Amino acid sequence: MCSWIVEKAKMSGSAKGINGWFETTEATVVYDHPYHAQLDHALCIDFINPEQGLGARVAVELTVESALELIKAIEMALDRGKHLHPEVITPRVEMLALK
Amino acid sequence: MYRNIVCDEISHRGYNGDDILAYYARPAGNGPFPGVVVLHHMPGWDEWCCEVARKFAHHGYAAVLPYLFHRFGPPEQMDDTIAKVRAGGGVPDAMTIGDAVGAAQFLKAQPNSTGKLGLIGFCSGGRQTVLVASNTKEFSAAVDCWGGRVVAPADTLTPAQPKAPIDMTADLAAPLLGIFGNDDQAPSPEQVNQHEAVLKQAGKTYEFHRYDGAGHGFFATDRPGYRQGPATDAWGKVWAWYDKYLK
Repeated sequence: MCSWIVEKAKMSGSAKGINGWFETTEATVVYDHPYHAQLDHALCIDFINPEQGLGARVAVELTVESALELIKAIEMALDRGKHLHPEVITPRVEMLALK
Repeated sequence: MYRNIVCDEISHRGYNGDDILAYYARPAGNGPFPGVVVLHHMPGWDEWCCEVARKFAHHGYAAVLPYLFHRFGPPEQMDDTIAKVRAGGGVPDAMTIGDAVGAAQFLKAQPNSTGKLGLIGFCSGGRQTVLVASNTKEFSAAVDCWGGRVVAPADTLTPAQPKAPIDMTADLAAPLLGIFGNDDQAPSPEQVNQHEAVLKQAGKTYEFHRYDGAGHGFFATDRPGYRQGPATDAWGKVWAWYDKYLK
């Protein structure tokens, strides 16, 4: 791993891994060499729970274009659902709109 | 060329006296053979790195490839282990140095060793090659293949990797061969130039080769960045370097 671009985010939710569903507490977002995707660099996301060991991980390795599409899709879905949870979602969407 | 080679999984002593898993490939026969410690790339202790160890055996070197992620997870779960390594900020430098020195001492202790050792590393292992060669006198020659973060701004240093290898140049104890792709950005051509300038100023023995049309990891035949022409030429530089300093 040579770019060493690593970001982390606290998570609260669930992910389905090789051993079934688990509570994910953390996401690691990396832009570096992927393990599986045939790319020099990829946007890699790991949803993990370090307390549950190595296998508690759901991983994706995406092209830059795919990662940007994913961001857009997440923002659109959250925006469409903001009336369901306005107290949580609205500030985030407004913050994005300000950028 | 040595077509009869022998390969085994072994363990040798590493940092803190821990037993480290390693891949050991050497020519069959009594030798004596010089040795090479191979530091794997960030994608881990994988098939390609084992092929590299066998390539050294084919060329008459006893090669040891220590599993540098030994303490993070088993090689059977390599992808999960890599994720843990990168989430944790990388393998601590002190651990890497200890494990590489342990691999060197294992090779030197073999009855068919000439006692001369080389070091080579790829990607993160390239950085570790410069690091290790600057912290021990076990090696007679070193080869850095596109190691990123040899040049590292202060705000990218971590408790596990607290000092940029370029800042250890005064202590570099082995002639250094560097192989780089000009399309690479980690290390970038500017960082390679910066490293070369520091080596030159310190009066170190080094040789840097830069290849147009090649990016990061251009030796790796199982990855899209493989570039046959530059890779073949650069392997020739590696053999010449080790012929000069190890034989």
